[in-house]
Amino acid sequence: MGTGLLLALLVVPLVGALVVAFLKNDDRTAKVTALAVTLVEFVLAVLLWVSYEPGGARIQFSSSVDWIGQLGIHLSFGVDGIALVMIGVIALLVPIVVGSSWADRLPTGRSAGGFLSLILVQEALMVGVFAATDVFLFYVLFEIMLIPMYFLIGGYGGPRRQYAAVKFFLYSFLGGLIMLASAIGCYSLAADKLGHGTFDWAQLVTVVREAPLGTQVWLFFGFFLAFAIKAPLVPLHTWLPDAAEQAPIGVAVILVGVLDKVGTFGFLRYLLPMFPDASKALAPLVLVLGVIGVLYGSLLAVGQSDLKRLIAYVSIAHFGFIAIGIFAFTSQSEVGAVSYMVNHSIATGMLILVIGMVIARGGSTKIADYGGMSKLTPVLAGLFLVAGLSTLSLPGTNSFVSEFLVLLGSYPTQPVYSVLATIGMILAALYVLWLYQRVMQGPVRGNALVGVSGGPGAATDPEKAAVTDLNKRELVVLAPLVLLIVVLGVYPKPVLDVVGPSVTATMQAVGVADAVPAQEGK
Amino acid sequence: MLSQFLAQAQGQINPPDVSYAAITPILIVLGAACLGVLIEAFVAKESRWALQVGLCVVSILAAGVALILFMNSDAAKGGVAGHTGVLTLANVISIDQPALFLWGTLLALGLLALLLLADKTVDPDGALQTEAFPLFLFALGGMMVFSAANNLLTMFIALEVLSLPLYLMCGLARKRRLISQEAAVKYFLLGAFASAFFLYGLALLYGYAGSVRLSDIANAAVGTNRSDTLLFGGLGLLVVGLLFKAAVGPFHTWTPDVYQGAPTPVTAFMAACTKVAAFGGILRVLTVAFQSTQWEWRGVLWAVCIVSMAIGAIFGLTQTDVKRMIAYSSVAHAGFLLVGAIALNTNGLQSTLFYLVAYGFTTIASFGVISLVRRGNGEASDLSEWAGLAKRSPLLAAVFTFLLLALAGIPLTSGFVGKFVVFSAALQDGMAPLVVIALVFSAVAAFFYLRVVVLMYFSEPAEDGPTVTVPGAFTTVAIGLGVFITLLLGVVPGFVLDWAKGGFLG
Repeated sequence: MGTGLLLALLVVPLVGALVVAFLKNDDRTAKVTALAVTLVEFVLAVLLWVSYEPGGARIQFSSSVDWIGQLGIHLSFGVDGIALVMIGVIALLVPIVVGSSWADRLPTGRSAGGFLSLILVQEALMVGVFAATDVFLFYVLFEIMLIPMYFLIGGYGGPRRQYAAVKFFLYSFLGGLIMLASAIGCYSLAADKLGHGTFDWAQLVTVVREAPLGTQVWLFFGFFLAFAIKAPLVPLHTWLPDAAEQAPIGVAVILVGVLDKVGTFGFLRYLLPMFPDASKALAPLVLVLGVIGVLYGSLLAVGQSDLKRLIAYVSIAHFGFIAIGIFAFTSQSEVGAVSYMVNHSIATGMLILVIGMVIARGGSTKIADYGGMSKLTPVLAGLFLVAGLSTLSLPGTNSFVSEFLVLLGSYPTQPVYSVLATIGMILAALYVLWLYQRVMQGPVRGNALVGVSGGPGAATDPEKAAVTDLNKRELVVLAPLVLLIVVLGVYPKPVLDVVGPSVTATMQAVGVADAVPAQEGK
Repeated sequence: MLSQFLAQAQGQINPPDVSYAAITPILIVLGAACLGVLIEAFVAKESRWALQVGLCVVSILAAGVALILFMNSDAAKGGVAGHTGVLTLANVISIDQPALFLWGTLLALGLLALLLLADKTVDPDGALQTEAFPLFLFALGGMMVFSAANNLLTMFIALEVLSLPLYLMCGLARKRRLISQEAAVKYFLLGAFASAFFLYGLALLYGYAGSVRLSDIANAAVGTNRSDTLLFGGLGLLVVGLLFKAAVGPFHTWTPDVYQGAPTPVTAFMAACTKVAAFGGILRVLTVAFQSTQWEWRGVLWAVCIVSMAIGAIFGLTQTDVKRMIAYSSVAHAGFLLVGAIALNTNGLQSTLFYLVAYGFTTIASFGVISLVRRGNGEASDLSEWAGLAKRSPLLAAVFTFLLLALAGIPLTSGFVGKFVVFSAALQDGMAPLVVIALVFSAVAAFFYLRVVVLMYFSEPAEDGPTVTVPGAFTTVAIGLGVFITLLLGVVPGFVLDWAKGGFLG
């Protein structure tokens, strides 16, 4: 049952993509079909979630067939709690993305069918990446995933989309290749130890974790580089602001909400269990990068003049938090990090969508072009505030739970980093509330709202500006996210219960227990 | 004859016997080539084309059938099982597992290249002269001998047999494009130098080992205290000649000019088949004759690998012509191939052979696509002309994108599996730094493939863009097969990896 569901989750969007691709001349049918497919996918994901047993096997719903037998490569899928919640996030966000881009004006010569079919392919590949339990298969999906995203950014994005798409692709591709070298290294280790090479994750874990520290460190770096680019951690982050700025809103949601989580997911699934000694030895490095990410991302977010770039830097700061949570090695911080992955998708996803709605009204991405918008669009302003408050982790919203767990969990083992990261929370209040103030409050102003030269959205009289409040479609799109922000803020148990056992298993694999501070460099 | 004489002069025990079953594929191809020359001489001009194409197709297919029959015969199985291969013609030809694999590859790639060569619909007024076909068969026969040669002198003769027709074929479009003439002259002059290097190396090695047989050289290198200068001088010069043919940097200087100047179907043939044959030769020479001295020469070839990948990847970035870009890409690929070739283990051999198949099919299909984009009476190979091509011919752009992704080595294409097996073989042989360098250059090279994709998809088409010819049946089949195999080997590469198993043993 569960296995079938998981495979269906992989196949349904692909079939949908094929169908939608042939609806080139009929945009409306294409949109309806795509929405239907993504809703089916959502139902499947809910069923999968229901049939998952949190206390059960480490990897559930597993299935495997040989792919390239000579090299020990299998097509094998299965999920643990962490993968399950991420698949849930995908299934939730993609229909919302389809709904939010319903009225998008596509570049001339491009059809909605093409766009949506790429989105659906992307969905299938993302589910595959989280569900893969063969390292080679994971790598393949990790790289293939770049191609639809490349076309989504490059074909449907903003003015500098070509540059952004190529930069995105090359960064990730290079990271992936280095990871491939490491994966082959692990394969060779397995070939030496077991007598036959394999890429099966469970088998590789048992072999590689026994390797001497020196070997582990090299292999660790291969994987780490790929994941740190994806996540992105600070020195390797420069592709994200460009990609997020140029991508269409819906694509930016997928990019920041799901794709980047592959990096932090990789930390948990691959780095920690496969290279426990190296992970412990190199934890200070990751923690330092995480703290730099939190502070640097937050500061740059404060200074941005572009709405979409601001979100990108906010995400970089949040990924810093997640990295700290993962490498602090306590179960609280780990659970916090995983739930942060979910809550960041929901909160930031919503913030991007809301900002997209602002941009759709004003026609500009510059913060300076807006002001006092809440007078024209009170509902939009209200939801903007909800998304913003969740992003700054206000108690009562979902993100607070995660951020608090990360800080609480990391304090006993890593007090310095924990305290430094707390500064990020203060900066978060600054960039969110200041953004809200500039865009929404005060008198109506800004070129986008008060046309001076007849630009987009131009009107001479502020009261008659051609800016309308949210329509029904936009409300429906945002409603589930608002609901989740509140519900998970008050009652996070469903998510925490599912990820808890998987996190415990990961912790055991690393060989650290709570209350005993992690022994560094051992 | 000379080799027989040499063999007897050393008092060989084996009398020169001929295993006709084993060499039938070569005999068919070379025989058909001679027949083709006669057709040129005696048949009226109008009916030549059909006759020549028919002869070529039939002979390649017949050679393929002969090859399959031989592979299933007891002689071949015994030879392969005994790890000696079938030695014939006084041991100058060694038909072992890799040789059979390379022959199969050459015949298949040759057939595809022939289809491009024979298509008159793409280039109606300037259809190649029919002389191209016998030349093509001679070159193909030469390549087959080259990849099975067990003796340096045979190898040299095969090298000439395969090279001379290629020089001529490059110049076949000389009446329409001056650049074709330039390509022919350049290829000939540089090729002649390379041959001279090879011959000089051969002479030095003969002086060292007293024999031109690869196995004798290997024995001499193990068990004598003769001057290493002769051995390594000879090896160096020999390898330069081989690397030249394989378009490995820094011996690649002819590649961009010749690829650009030669008629595109000829370029396709040259790029795919010559590379297969040349690497077949390199693999054989290195593994059979020089395995024992690998510690001395391997460092040098490391450097050659790196230089080749760097030249290919970096100069490829600056190209403005599609054919020159693919030429530099082939230099980079030659570097990757060499990484596999110097991993002197079974995996290295197997992976290099696989890579050759993968690369060959993708390259032929790519050149097939390039030949379709035309302006007036010539090819529009300048990159700026390809801008916005996806709007006007979405199918062509999609196919070319797929091929470019394969060349870049994206998963689910044969190019990726090729890189994967080559690099894992190299890693197992302890060449981790080289593999990391190769991966970095793969990423650099990916940039120029992407640039073309960007141009085709995301740029606005030029006002008076080139026309895209509707390909005839031949070209369609060639491109279709190339694309199909690129995808097939990317998704289920297992069976070809199985075929490629086995080893060279002198």
